[in-house]
Amino acid sequence: MSKLTPVLSANWDEKDSFTIAGYKRNGGYKAVEKALAMEPDAVIQSVKDSGLRGRGGAGFPTGMKWGFIPQGDNKEHYFVVNADESEPGTCKDTPLMMANPHVLIEGIIIGSYAIRANHAFIYIRGEVAHVIRRVQQAIEDAYKAGYLGKNILGKGFDLELILHVGAGAYICGEETALLDSLEGFRGQPRLRPPFPAIAGLYARPTIVNNVETVASVPSIIANGPEWFAAIGTEKSKGYTLYSLSGHVNNPGQFEAPLGITLRELLELAGGIRNGHKLKFWTPGGSSTPLFTDAHLDTPLDYEGVSAAGSMLGTKALQIFDETTCIVRAVLRWTEFYKHESCGKCTPCREGTWWLVQILKDLEHGKGTAEDLDKLLDLCDNIMGRSFCALADGAASPIISSIRYFKDEYLQHLAIGGCPFDSVASTIFATSPAGGAK
Amino acid sequence: MPFTNEDFTVIDSIINRYPRKRSAIMPLLHFAQARDGYVTNESIETIAEKLDLETAEVIAVVSFYTQYKREPVGEYHVGVCINTLCAVMGGDAIYEGLKEHLGIENNCATKDGKVSLERIECNAACDYAPVVMANWEFYDNQTVQSAKDLVDAIRSGNPPAPTRGPDKLPTWRENSAVLAGISDGRAGEGVSAGEPSLLGLKLSKEGK
Ligand SMILES: Cc1cc2nc3c(=O)[nH]c(=O)nc-3n(C[C@H](O)[C@H](O)[C@H](O)COP(=O)(O)O)c2cc1C
Ligand code: SF4
Ligand code: FES
Repeated sequence: MSKLTPVLSANWDEKDSFTIAGYKRNGGYKAVEKALAMEPDAVIQSVKDSGLRGRGGAGFPTGMKWGFIPQGDNKEHYFVVNADESEPGTCKDTPLMMANPHVLIEGIIIGSYAIRANHAFIYIRGEVAHVIRRVQQAIEDAYKAGYLGKNILGKGFDLELILHVGAGAYICGEETALLDSLEGFRGQPRLRPPFPAIAGLYARPTIVNNVETVASVPSIIANGPEWFAAIGTEKSKGYTLYSLSGHVNNPGQFEAPLGITLRELLELAGGIRNGHKLKFWTPGGSSTPLFTDAHLDTPLDYEGVSAAGSMLGTKALQIFDETTCIVRAVLRWTEFYKHESCGKCTPCREGTWWLVQILKDLEHGKGTAEDLDKLLDLCDNIMGRSFCALADGAASPIISSIRYFKDEYLQHLAIGGCPFDSVASTIFATSPAGGAK
Repeated sequence: MPFTNEDFTVIDSIINRYPRKRSAIMPLLHFAQARDGYVTNESIETIAEKLDLETAEVIAVVSFYTQYKREPVGEYHVGVCINTLCAVMGGDAIYEGLKEHLGIENNCATKDGKVSLERIECNAACDYAPVVMANWEFYDNQTVQSAKDLVDAIRSGNPPAPTRGPDKLPTWRENSAVLAGISDGRAGEGVSAGEPSLLGLKLSKEGK
């Protein structure tokens, strides 16, 4: 029996998987019929019972979040999909929306109905033109088929769905920054509380959910919460998309039950590229502390990964082999956080700048061993002391890399430069053991 | 170039999408780039007027987001992913190769105005690393040579189709219109998914 459980990706290999006809041929838009015949609260209860947790990084229980929306408050409610996908390593929502935008739209209709929202938005990053086309077309086709607009399926429920295209800012993936951006401001995080469920878009009760989270809802309604809850582990229910990239023979998307291990996934990906061995990896994007070959058997569910000192995050497994310089990798991520810091708070704005300066010196073998303490000290002053989790993410690769690879930092100092040949890490390396394919 | 009546029809239809008009600022700026190739002072004034904002408020938004350009970019804007994973897999070499080949620096365009170059962050395609984007269309699994061939083909007016995208590479201004939510009718072109996206599905069908 296969270890894999394709649900969201089940029809991606069909030529017209992204069309409404292709989606309906595989049972699409059946769940929304079922949901609209239920009471909205019963839909929320089903999502609670399924155990679905947010796939955008934090793993918050989705049904519980929906339950926070005040009812009978005579205010507009909003349902917002976070399709900003910009966390380094994360590459699941983009192929999902390219190959099957209708499963997302069906999830949005069900979610909006459940929380009594008549307006929904998809906030998509702006650097993926063809995905934008596909989602835009899917929305138009869903309107034409009567799944969006007034009196959906004759059930008296109205929903307007608007695709909103970002313009290149990682921070707009943070949910409150996303809302500011959607309101037409610079995308900077808001103070919480109040949480979006109480005062979100235009200060109205708002749900923000990740693409994959929302796209998982139709399967839960169609097959029942028990079906979903039977997959996965005790507290991490269901199936999910794991994205493997980097120094593996066959990178790609693997939809599997929560709790699968890297060892199992590597087997599916054809192993580390030939002639090389695993050095370090991110379990959930660059903001999650690094793992090494000591973590090959860590169950990749929310509990398993945190027990081992990291976070499941977005299940973005970026794999690096022994040709990769840890200092180079960490410096590049740190430059990313510095570039993407929104500038609102001092520890992050100034701290990421200093982190880059120190790491640059270290990469060139300049500085002293005390600089490593300085890095950790800076991280200590950034983590938990900044306005949003971007800054915590910036500290993660630094702290974890010094934990596991301190000697390699020191080696740069000892020889006054980088001991690695960057060509050997590329996929087009010509050295005997270098070629990936 | 003054805004025409047709421009104002588009602008009004964009504003009408939203419950509150200030929310229209981002698609309006994408539309401004579709019109002129970049965000002109005239666009800023027009958008400010339409949304009842100060020009300074519009400029504050423009300057926050990297996709909005205050100077003309190339007709084909080429982004090389230099975030860690792509950089290590070859993105750094590709960027250096293109820079030398085109003789331009980051965020600059060639003299003929055809190609501009930008170091970009992770573009959500790491399983296709190293990744190059042209006008925000995917060119997957690039090498230094394939990226040079791409820009050469662009300059000779015959760019290859994106790996996962429309049959023909649109211009910067054409794709800016797509980002503004103006359909070009090409959503049906191109593959559903590339091979890496399909790998897990394929293996599961083989019982693995
Ligand atoms: C800096 C930063 C970037 C984020 N980027 C994303 C993103 O691109 N997509 C996403 O779904 N969540 C992102 N998040 C998490 C969101 O804030 C939020 O938790 C999530 O959208 C909630 O959806 P979920 O409960 O369905 O996971 C980001 C968080 C931070 C701090
Ligand atoms: S932590 Fe960084 S990104 Fe977050 S609010 Fe502060 S400056 Fe902005
Ligand atoms: S690191 Fe280049 S696409 Fe993700």
